Amino acid sequence: MTEKLVIIGAGMASGRVIEHLVKTDPDAFDITLFNAEPRGNYNRIMLSPVLSGDKTYEEIVTHSDEWYAENGVTCRFGEHVTAIDRARKVVIGQAGEVAYDKLVIATGSAPFIIPVPGKDLDGVITYRDLDDTNAMIEAAATGGEAVVIGGGLLGLEAAAGLRERGMEVTVLHLMDHLMERQLEGAAGYLLRQDLEKRGIRVMTRASTKAILGEDRAEAVLLEDGTVLGADLVVMAVGIRPETRLATDTALDVERGISVNAQMQTSDPDVFAVGECVEFDGILFGLVAPLYDQARILAETLLGREAAFVPKELSTKLKVTGCELFSAGDFAEAEGREDIVFRDPARGVYKRLVIEDDRLVGAVMYGDTTDGSWFFGLIRDGTEIEDMRDTLIFGPAYQGGGSADPLAAVAALPPEAEICGCNGVCKGTIVEAITGGAGDLGAVRAATKASASCGTCTGLVEQLLSVTLGDDYAAPTTQPVCGCTDLTHEDVRRLIKSKPLKSQEAVWQELGWSTRNGCHVCRPAINFYLLADWPLEYRDDPQSRFVNERKHANIQKDGTFSVVPRMWSGITNASELRAIADAADKYDVPTVKVTGGQRIDLLGVRGEDLPHIWADLNRAGLVSGHAYSKGLRTVKTCVGSDHCRFGTQDSTGLGIKLERALWGSWTPHKVKLAVSGCPRNCAEATCKDVGVICVDSGYQVSVAGAAGMDVKETERLADAPTEQEAIDLTMAFIQLYRENAKYLDRAYKWVAKVGLDWVRERIVDDPQERARLIERFELSQSVYRKDPWAEEVKKADVFTPLADLTLEAAE
Amino acid sequence: MNWIDIGAIDDIELRGARIVKTPVGCVALFRTAEAEVFATGDTCPHNGGPLSEGIVHGRKVTCPLHNWVFSLETGEALGEDGQIPTFPAKVQDGRILIDGASLDRRSVA
Ligand code: SRM
Ligand SMILES: Cc1cc2nc3c(=O)[nH]c(=O)nc-3n(C[C@H](O)[C@H](O)[C@H](O)COP(=O)(O)OP(=O)(O)OC[C@H]3O[C@@H](n4cnc5c(N)ncnc54)[C@H](O)[C@@H]3O)c2cc1C
Ligand code: SF4
Ligand code: FES
Repeated sequence: MTEKLVIIGAGMASGRVIEHLVKTDPDAFDITLFNAEPRGNYNRIMLSPVLSGDKTYEEIVTHSDEWYAENGVTCRFGEHVTAIDRARKVVIGQAGEVAYDKLVIATGSAPFIIPVPGKDLDGVITYRDLDDTNAMIEAAATGGEAVVIGGGLLGLEAAAGLRERGMEVTVLHLMDHLMERQLEGAAGYLLRQDLEKRGIRVMTRASTKAILGEDRAEAVLLEDGTVLGADLVVMAVGIRPETRLATDTALDVERGISVNAQMQTSDPDVFAVGECVEFDGILFGLVAPLYDQARILAETLLGREAAFVPKELSTKLKVTGCELFSAGDFAEAEGREDIVFRDPARGVYKRLVIEDDRLVGAVMYGDTTDGSWFFGLIRDGTEIEDMRDTLIFGPAYQGGGSADPLAAVAALPPEAEICGCNGVCKGTIVEAITGGAGDLGAVRAATKASASCGTCTGLVEQLLSVTLGDDYAAPTTQPVCGCTDLTHEDVRRLIKSKPLKSQEAVWQELGWSTRNGCHVCRPAINFYLLADWPLEYRDDPQSRFVNERKHANIQKDGTFSVVPRMWSGITNASELRAIADAADKYDVPTVKVTGGQRIDLLGVRGEDLPHIWADLNRAGLVSGHAYSKGLRTVKTCVGSDHCRFGTQDSTGLGIKLERALWGSWTPHKVKLAVSGCPRNCAEATCKDVGVICVDSGYQVSVAGAAGMDVKETERLADAPTEQEAIDLTMAFIQLYRENAKYLDRAYKWVAKVGLDWVRERIVDDPQERARLIERFELSQSVYRKDPWAEEVKKADVFTPLADLTLEAAE
Repeated sequence: MNWIDIGAIDDIELRGARIVKTPVGCVALFRTAEAEVFATGDTCPHNGGPLSEGIVHGRKVTCPLHNWVFSLETGEALGEDGQIPTFPAKVQDGRILIDGASLDRRSVA
């Protein structure tokens, strides 16, 4: 006999259930279908094409009124179900009750709304159904600005659609990169680029504080104080299973409505299907598993045996021009191996994750043609041992071949500057080569490229290779490390000329063979980025050697040394007292006067660091950067203030230099000294920059060494005034920062580019000198501050995350 | 397995590490990706370097003292003769879980 089946929610999951039922046994049930939306089932995932104008609503309807009528489904659309009375087995709708024998809850999910002030203003909407979509289309008709909160699948589709309809769109995302649940950094970077290319502004690490406006939304305020104008605000920060009816009627509910593999809830006559359910701890947000659930539920309702098994999922983004694909599990769990492939020229990134000779996850951007093939391998658990070496190239590929080391250079646009000294761009060089310049010398003669400091030589040779192909045998050069074929000099130039402003950009555009570099290249890249883009790039402590991350020197027993700054060796009684007190309080085993005119507290425990720093800070002492590739010390002698031979105030100049330069990051450490006369008590002639005071002014010399090599400085220039001595020093340090290879001390770098080249820029060209100083000051506006004071604020990071010595022993 | 909740994933910087004190000594927890952690011994077999202070790259860490590189997955020193212990750990709903049973001194001995 026919049973009464009531279904709450006419969505994608229940739509499939009904299809299965009426196809298999049309007479089994007398179906009543409630839907809060005033319409029947449509293909919700196609709302984005409707938003962008590629499709109309009519085209995405899956079940028409006629279809429901033909199949005998009683429709109660536009009617909310307000309660379920399980004792009486009735469903209570806004327009009255309906009795059931079997009940299916298919209420989907509700968009999550972040609880910020202004969330209820007009003009703030979510993205879930046709009404939302129409509201966006209507808002876009008058143009204006839109802010989309949430850089996941939905948010980006909304952003792309609104942009397509002519709005100025900004996407705010809390995390470091877009779609972090489906993608990793590299693919997230490429995605961001493609979106920016179509005029969508993307702000990551952006946390919304409030939505501002009188009657309707006018602007969005971020935690950092930024205010973005907004005529429309779309919240797409996530979804929550719609479980209210189930909770009210006391069914078992976790995050979603709990169901077994037959989609049955804790009440045997009540079933649930779709995004509102939780099965085995899993929630669902994509349609593929919901279709499986729908089939299982239909079978169950018809009295057949069936069980739901969750399968691997794959994701695509429905934004034209953003080809991305991710599937399976590319994080979590041990025993896995990565295969990474990048093609900078085509903007392609692929990563496969392999475990036990099987593919378990894949992320792809730019070229997703092999996505479904990889997805098949993942789903079927195919053994891939035999094709491992060529797997990443996809099914079409057999035998040989690998990533092209020259791809990064090939991908440069013609206007990219290759030779910074002479302002020669790629196009000019390629023209010269095709015009007959067949080797480095000829290119130099024809274009001047690589004819000055020579650091772009590697790139010019690569251009010869790219242009002449096999006819040109490039000399082998020393790459940065095993992650790349490029040299330090190549990488530095490419960072400037492309330009590249993030680590992900470097990894991708320069074809790095690893996911995020290694301990050799990452500190170098981090430095190059912060030196070239002080405002755009943020220093990454995780790319620094422990000493620079912990702001202290690690010792052989794992303790640290603490060296406060003593400006040019000058101190006073209260500073000394604070140091003495700190030594007592933290049981410092050794207190030593360093070769750099300051005091070293050696043997401090890691967890005490923030506390000893806080104590020293209170006495006005700041970090001495005794650990950094940056300014260390400015040694001075007593000079004209006290010494009978002193010609100038050497101590005073030392302090001025140290105050100007402290906190700056440099390719290797930088040490200065200022002596008050040629007797040179401060040993200025073996420093990176040394100043000798004389009656007529200041002799500024550079490129000395007294470490592994000992080398006397070379005279850069004589400065008549103290200010000029300071200017020459600052300009020299900035030139070094902008051009040297990471871990080259100044003397090594000067040996490569030549002192004349340095002099041309700093001494002979006052404008270039001024520009260098200006750029240095810009960078110092970010970095001239005490890192200890910053670290003290996050003291808990220095302590163990947890102490399990008691718990686990039980 | 006896999963113990030891903190939120965001308590560890991306590509950073923290230590946990346990009956078997300090265990280092490395965060290699948004939601990926590995737990290993913190002490370098070469000369005792604290591995949690090293640079984390891919699923590897480089010892801060003399640059030995370890696989966080297997605990093997790459290109050197050495091994560190590894312990089951996972991330669930933004929390870091470590297997308490593996940290029992008796089970390790
Ligand atoms: C503390 C100090 C020795 C002392 O007790 O006086 C010192 C200690 C260290 N020096 Fe030095 N150097 C110290 C003055 C010097 C000097 C003399 C000077 O600065 O006037 C030199 C020669 C001058 C020079 O730098 O050219 C010097 C040349 C080196 C070198 C070789 C650099 C080179 O380019 O050849 C290294 C290795 C390196 O930096 O790569 C080094 C590295 C080190 C490190 C950081 C080794 C390390 O990475 O662990 C030492 C840290 C010890 C610790 O556990 O804290 N130290 N070191 C001095 C700190 C001065 C300060 O107040 O900041
Ligand atoms: C814009 C957009 C793009 C998407 N893109 C993709 C994609 O590319 N790929 C993919 O796999 N998935 C995508 N999804 C997700 C996919 O649409 C959902 O997973 C799917 O629609 C969920 O189906 P469901 O039947 O569980 O819920 P729904 O389809 O949401 O249906 C639930 C219905 O129940 C109704 N309802 C709720 N409560 C009540 C009540 N008390 N009384 C009466 N009726 C009620 C609702 O009004 C709704 O119509 C997208 C979603 C959106 C919004
Ligand atoms: S630099 Fe000259 S003047 Fe100054 S202390 Fe040394 S010897 Fe004396
Ligand atoms: S102690 Fe780790 S490499 Fe030496």
